Amino acid sequence: MNDIAAKVLEGDQRSIARLITLAENGSPLAASGMKKIHPYTGNAYVIGITGVMGSGKSTLIYELTKEYRRKGLKVGIIAIDPTSPFSGGALLGDRIRMMDLATDDGVFIRSMGTRGMLGGLTSAVYDVVEILDASGKDLVLVETVGVGQAEVDVIKIADTTLVVLVPGLGDSIQTIKAGIMEIADIYIVNKADRFGVEQAVAELESLIDIACTGKDRKTPVLTTVAKENKGIVELINEIENHKKHLKKTKMFDAKRRKRYEAELVEIIRKRLMNFIFDESTFKGKVESLIDQISKKEVDPYTAAEEILGKILK
Amino acid sequence: MYDKKELDNIKRKKVEWNKECYSQHVKNRAERKKKFNNLSSLKIENIYTPDDVAHLDYDKHLGFPGIYPFLRGIHPTMYRGRLWTMRQFSGFGSAEETNKRYKYLLEHGETGLSVAFDYPTLYGYDTDQPLSRGEFGKCGVAISSLKDMEILFNGISIDEVTTSMTINGPAAIVWAFYMANAENRGISKQSIGGTIQNDILKEYIAQKSFIFPPEPSMRLIVDTFEYGFKEVPRWNTISISGYHIREAGSTAIQELAFTLGDGLEYVRWAIKRGLKIDDFAQRLSFFFNAHNDFFEEIAKYRAARRIWSQEMRNLGAKKDRSLYMRFHTQTAGCTLTAQQPEINIARVTMQALSSILGGTQSLHTNSMDEALALPSAKAARIALRTQQVIAEESGVTDTVDPLGGSYYIEWLTDKMVEETYKYFDKVEKLGGVIPAIEKGFFQREIAESSYKYQKEIDEKERIMVGVNKYQMDEPIEIPILKMDEKGEERQINRLKKLRKNRNNSKVDRNLSNLRKAADGDKNLMPFILECVHSYATLGETCDILREVFGEYTEPAIY
Amino acid sequence: MDQKIRVLIAKPGLDGHDRGAKIVARALRDAGMEVVYTGLHQTAEMIVETAIQEDVNVIGLSLLSGAHMTLFKDVTKLLNAKGLNDVLIIGGGIIPEEDVSKLKKAGVSGVFGPGTHCEDIVRFIRKNVKK
Repeated sequence: MNDIAAKVLEGDQRSIARLITLAENGSPLAASGMKKIHPYTGNAYVIGITGVMGSGKSTLIYELTKEYRRKGLKVGIIAIDPTSPFSGGALLGDRIRMMDLATDDGVFIRSMGTRGMLGGLTSAVYDVVEILDASGKDLVLVETVGVGQAEVDVIKIADTTLVVLVPGLGDSIQTIKAGIMEIADIYIVNKADRFGVEQAVAELESLIDIACTGKDRKTPVLTTVAKENKGIVELINEIENHKKHLKKTKMFDAKRRKRYEAELVEIIRKRLMNFIFDESTFKGKVESLIDQISKKEVDPYTAAEEILGKILK
Repeated sequence: MYDKKELDNIKRKKVEWNKECYSQHVKNRAERKKKFNNLSSLKIENIYTPDDVAHLDYDKHLGFPGIYPFLRGIHPTMYRGRLWTMRQFSGFGSAEETNKRYKYLLEHGETGLSVAFDYPTLYGYDTDQPLSRGEFGKCGVAISSLKDMEILFNGISIDEVTTSMTINGPAAIVWAFYMANAENRGISKQSIGGTIQNDILKEYIAQKSFIFPPEPSMRLIVDTFEYGFKEVPRWNTISISGYHIREAGSTAIQELAFTLGDGLEYVRWAIKRGLKIDDFAQRLSFFFNAHNDFFEEIAKYRAARRIWSQEMRNLGAKKDRSLYMRFHTQTAGCTLTAQQPEINIARVTMQALSSILGGTQSLHTNSMDEALALPSAKAARIALRTQQVIAEESGVTDTVDPLGGSYYIEWLTDKMVEETYKYFDKVEKLGGVIPAIEKGFFQREIAESSYKYQKEIDEKERIMVGVNKYQMDEPIEIPILKMDEKGEERQINRLKKLRKNRNNSKVDRNLSNLRKAADGDKNLMPFILECVHSYATLGETCDILREVFGEYTEPAIY
Repeated sequence: MDQKIRVLIAKPGLDGHDRGAKIVARALRDAGMEVVYTGLHQTAEMIVETAIQEDVNVIGLSLLSGAHMTLFKDVTKLLNAKGLNDVLIIGGGIIPEEDVSKLKKAGVSGVFGPGTHCEDIVRFIRKNVKK
């Protein structure tokens, strides 16, 4: 176990994969590995990619990765798909678009289920970013679920967030209005060979004009045809520009600090929940309190105070 | 179709019968199942009577065989004139082995040939290309060059027998092999007959043996249409196929709707190219599945004829022949069981009968051992004999459309027409067939249906004899086809020799001409024929097109 | 700890019949497993590398073309060469009885032909999964 962290630092694929599994399963073994690798993190640039299903996120990631590989950079990819709330299982199919990358040892792809998390990410994603970072990846690309709503959590982890839209999907503009307007650092109108691309770009730019009034950076809109590798080089330049902007305005450190805050909160939340719902500690107490709430013998607030009181004393 | 008074009387009596007779019986003995649904999940009533078909106009909706809308058959005489073509899909191993099997089948009364190619051939690879590893001759014959095609048809009268070839991505090239072989044997292109499947849309939707992206694929297909009606007039340049859509797990209604939708899409592309509909439409043919639900299948074929003729008229077709929905049928491979395989003969018989009662033009009956391996010679012969029994002994061929006028069949036929138009509307809202493919619409619809079907079987809501009821634990005693182990080696040596001995500068010149033509917008058939005549291989020719057109990867749907 | 069985469903070779692979993928999802699907036309190298990166407990190979003796064995050989001994390998397709025993010897622990109940595959995985 001790050498799994060391092997991750060497970039060993199997060790990376195994540590990710441990972290994802919330194994106590993961923590010791994570502790060891933290000093070696902070080098990878994290790009979040979000957008509705069918917008071509996976293909875009595939083309971005190929372009970064041409530059000799190493890439980690985290592709997240929804976990079924009924069975707890998940179909993870984002790799289909990226299978050519499977045998490139400068690329590591991991598919993950949300396992109950809302917001388009999965609880272990912070760990996975750290692991890929420590293993020597220059970039980590995080693809969110893509159901089209409330996928705002990606900004907690990404240095640059890309929001991908397609022309003709009228509702994607609506989605932006409904709340993901603020999260984009760069907009991409993908599948720009389709009818309606000018209109989509125009609509988007007018929305951005309103949203960015008085700000020092206007969110750029790029068009791509990912499946034909069009617009990818321009996208990479734009990501680079955004990185420079972050560094210049000291936003970069602030973003990273936010990520660590989110990560810390997530670790505490997970530990606390495990503690409260653990058989050997509070499980029995919690169950009996729930019974009492059902019978109106106690109210949920009092019950919560009782549990927290026990932990915090 | 009935007068109002009579109809009211029937309606009244039906209510009465349901109340006083049927439900009384059900009280004494409950129905076997809570619900009776067919394979497309349509609710099936306890009885059908004239009021279920009263909305139909006989002349407008049914008519007479050989007369618009052809619902009762495309030919006036149907099987009273000529039986369907008995065409057994077969091919395995090397060209030599398959050639032997063809001669065997023809000797036993088969009336048409149908070539199954192996996967490398279906993807346009030569046997010796790396991606072909392990696949040589496994589920079809390997044809990598004109040389192999010469061997495949050696000693077979291709000026008499017609040949159907199940090939899609590289259809134009394999067709060129066939034509070149005929020409070399002194048989003109005008006199050969047959079919190339050449239906790429269903590959994206279901079968997944695609090579190029949709647009260049459609261009190649329209090239074959144009070349076909000008130069090879007896050739069906496409077989628009529902078979594989069904095998991938669709319902009968989805099979019907997606297939006819694909057909209309080809017609629109050809018209857009500037071809006249009455020039090419008569060489379009169809290919359907014959699945388990007997009456639903019959209704499907009848519905298809009506919809196709209506839609072709709407697109401007004038000649009767352009309105014909001519089709080949194959019994459903996915219904065959590996368990107690002999009972597959019974399944195949029922399925074959449905296609004949549905008016098929040609038929393949599956062999009983196909859930285990490729058919042995004996199993293939029994399958052929099954057709012969229906044709010669059953009497179903004596009158045209014998089930026409059955209240149930006519109701179901009309219902399937209605459901098909609902799908047409859905696809149109998605922007048409190709955008719907890119959005994964068909793939998702099929995946849903196939999962539902499997769950019904797992939960015994649907019975498969020998699988989830009447199981037996007995060893399976079916002789399995053994292939010539030297076949692959022989094929690879043949390719090596071919590449050495042919005029390579001529090959290079022809291939580079093809590349130039593919970059432009000329009809590619003459260029492909040049390549093929000079013994450029399938892989070499296809690679040129891959370079120019690119390759397709599918959206992730399941 | 929240341990889930992770399964890779892969289609080696050129065969495009993915009905079975997709049904099995969904059935395993509905049984609470995390299922990574590769899509069509995978080489042994792609399958094995994916299995490593995804750290799966099970690899399910589906092939109906009859090339299973070559292509399934390519995968098991490569897995052995890479020392992945703790992955359960199962296969499905049109596989004659006489090939089944050969495949089992080569490391394909479970072989499932047409007519298999999805529940049997789920049960087999649960019983035989190694880690």
